[in-house]
Amino acid sequence: MKKSVYSICGMCTVRCPIRVESQDNKITWIEGNPYQLDGALCAKGTAGVAMMNDTERPQQPLIRVGARGAGRWRKASWDEAFDFVADKLKTIKKDFGPESVVLSSRGGPWQDMYKAFIHAYGSPNYTNHDCTCGRNTHHASLSINGVGRKGFAYDIKNAKHLVLFGRDMFSALRIAENNQTLDMLENGGRLTYVDVRQTMTGVKATRFFQVRPGTDYALALGVIHQVIKKGYYDKDFLDRYVTGFDKLCTFIEEYTPAWAAKECDVKEKDILAFVEEIGQDRPNVIFHPGWNLARYSDSFYASRAMHILNVLMGNIEMKGGLFIPKGAGDCGKKGIRSIDCPKPDIKRGDGVGWEYKHFDKGPGLAHLFFSHMISEDPYPIKAWIAMRHDPFSGLPDPERQKLAMDKCDLLVSIDTNYSEFGWYSDIILPESTYLERDTPIVQQKGLKPRLTLRRKAIEPVNDTKSSCEIFTALAQRLGLEETFPFKTMEELWAWQLEPTGYTMADFDKKGFIELSDSPVFFDREKLDGQFKTPSGKIEIISEKLTSNNLPSLKPFVAPDKAPEKGMFRLIYGKVAIHTQGHTTNNPLLSELMPTNTLWVNTKQAKKLGIVSGDLVEVSSKDRSYNATVAAHVTDHVHPEAVFTTHGFGKEIPKQTRSYLAGLSDQKLMIGKLDEWDKAGGGVNLCEAFVYVKKSIRNTKRRADL
Amino acid sequence: MKKYMIHLNTRRCIACHGCEVHCKANKELPVGPFLCEISCTPLKMVGGVPRMEITFSTCRHCEDPLCVPVCPTNAMVQREDGIVYIDQEKCIGCMACKKACPWEIPVQNPDNGKAVKCDMCMDRLDAGLKPACISKCTTHALKLVELQSL
Repeated sequence: MKKSVYSICGMCTVRCPIRVESQDNKITWIEGNPYQLDGALCAKGTAGVAMMNDTERPQQPLIRVGARGAGRWRKASWDEAFDFVADKLKTIKKDFGPESVVLSSRGGPWQDMYKAFIHAYGSPNYTNHDCTCGRNTHHASLSINGVGRKGFAYDIKNAKHLVLFGRDMFSALRIAENNQTLDMLENGGRLTYVDVRQTMTGVKATRFFQVRPGTDYALALGVIHQVIKKGYYDKDFLDRYVTGFDKLCTFIEEYTPAWAAKECDVKEKDILAFVEEIGQDRPNVIFHPGWNLARYSDSFYASRAMHILNVLMGNIEMKGGLFIPKGAGDCGKKGIRSIDCPKPDIKRGDGVGWEYKHFDKGPGLAHLFFSHMISEDPYPIKAWIAMRHDPFSGLPDPERQKLAMDKCDLLVSIDTNYSEFGWYSDIILPESTYLERDTPIVQQKGLKPRLTLRRKAIEPVNDTKSSCEIFTALAQRLGLEETFPFKTMEELWAWQLEPTGYTMADFDKKGFIELSDSPVFFDREKLDGQFKTPSGKIEIISEKLTSNNLPSLKPFVAPDKAPEKGMFRLIYGKVAIHTQGHTTNNPLLSELMPTNTLWVNTKQAKKLGIVSGDLVEVSSKDRSYNATVAAHVTDHVHPEAVFTTHGFGKEIPKQTRSYLAGLSDQKLMIGKLDEWDKAGGGVNLCEAFVYVKKSIRNTKRRADL
Repeated sequence: MKKYMIHLNTRRCIACHGCEVHCKANKELPVGPFLCEISCTPLKMVGGVPRMEITFSTCRHCEDPLCVPVCPTNAMVQREDGIVYIDQEKCIGCMACKKACPWEIPVQNPDNGKAVKCDMCMDRLDAGLKPACISKCTTHALKLVELQSL
């Protein structure tokens, strides 16, 4: 039987809208939702079929029989697997209290459900991957605007100038955003790109600054100086909505473009020319405040500087600028219901809220659990449930993480794939792929907010279950039916939609329900109340930071040089073909890019005797991790840095295509689990130095027969 | 008379290799053969920005194809609209077509030993749809051009 469903892609966390065709429970075609993306889909999106058909993913529950990480498993039924997890969770609750269980996920629109589960169980310890992603940006936005990173969205299509500090958007591949940017460029808009290396985003840019690693903040300060000096800011907007501008003017005086040029290894005249362009293009200049800005020890302040630049442009709540995403209420409509359970009033196990008071308590900070787990302060953690989250791939120094995980009596991995954490865990609960599972309905805020959901295109081909089914079944065994009362998805959807007046049939036509026919803008003269800071204004000086002994305007400190000759700063990034470690074993995608390489600057390579294609040995600073990969020698990476693509160097034998392929950046980041940004909360993922030398494996001699 | 061409707008192309995968998945090809390819030249400074040239290559569907007459089983066929395709029933996998082609376009499918190449997704075209690589191009950089005689 032929079938066509609208759904949401699950190959990366962009979650593009898709339409999927199938025949007799076999996927025949996936494309971008024609109403939103006009069919456009990336390589990863199409490779969803390959993931689904892949036999190198868990196909039924697996219970560990050997030592942790030894890869010895026995197959189990779902009943046995649910009993295994529920019985252990009951024992742990009895012996150590419910707070001794952590649940981590990647985050995303369905995290309410995971959060509700762990809260209903009695633990406050929900966390997500954001400490290695957007936390610095999130906290930067909170400190200035009083709203988190998602408190603003960007109308790139109508902008005149987009400025990206290290945000390689054409590798991150948010399809709608990419097309908006290309449309903007076709309409004569400008794109300025700042990075330590050239990327596809830089190739499309009209201006490119190849900066010294760790100097984004310096460049932003130099730009702020010149913007203020030339008067290229919106005085009315500042007068009306902003406090602390005078303090900014005093602070910025010493940070001239000439100074910034020197710190960043760029030309002063290029900074001046750039600011002149801003002067012409404002207010429709968007400084993207960063996405994965968990990079340098001052990334939080770099992000604050980009937020401040947007404020100076006065680009808020306008076409071609930043806008406040609207929800159902802003369209005069009732919102959907979501599964929810209040957070238990217990201290968090990661210290957020009591030891560290200035951070958003929502998901806390995952990396702060480990040291607390090792010292059992404020209490022991005895179980970690990873919901499609792989801390061993996403966070630095997995061997250090294992010291903490070894204190647990239960490690659970819920995932569609084997993950490095899953391979080390006690039980794998295999989740159906996004093509085989339904999800709750979610609201997508925007200028035209929508309701949407993921619908299964086919029935699961293996003995797998959706996360919703998994949490509901566990909840039943643990007596948490009050939070998870729904027996079927249809019941859940009907309950979610009840206040809205919509029915499931309203999704049939386009796959989503539009809550407004036209873009909703607030009156720019009446934005009072939109900035949730203590003063209700945009605050350049944040009381919250001051009271935690943190400066709001931090003097720039130049980044460290390599501690030794032969060492380089390790920079990681993405490619358009892979979603971090999630897809490196995908049959279709691994064929395109089976391994990563190490980018080495031409002059440095010459000194090391390396030419492109040579194998190089890369070692962590304590030499506890080594990997050998091919070198890519290029002028287009800063001489202090070496670059590699994240997601490789995996050690899961069952994943034959990615097993030991390439280099793992996180395994090279020895000690970096405990070095993080005290102001922003992010992990400093670009503060590790590694040894690089030509490998002896380049030999042409043959000593055996 | 040749009717169709695939055009790449290199200003929009981001070399994401989506087209290659859309094609492979649509044709259910195993590891090995690709029927189209995106390639990039090394970065070169142009006006202060390192740039590259991106090209899309696939079967040219020649007006006067060399692969058609050389095929011993008449498996290589040129349609009225110029599309050159391989009749999989007739193909014996001798790969004479590949040797005859100046660009060595036909490749062998390791699953069945037969030759495969771009057929412009003629089944999709005949159904009023566009080829897979164009339909799903991430940035709408690939376009189907219908040629007109002057």
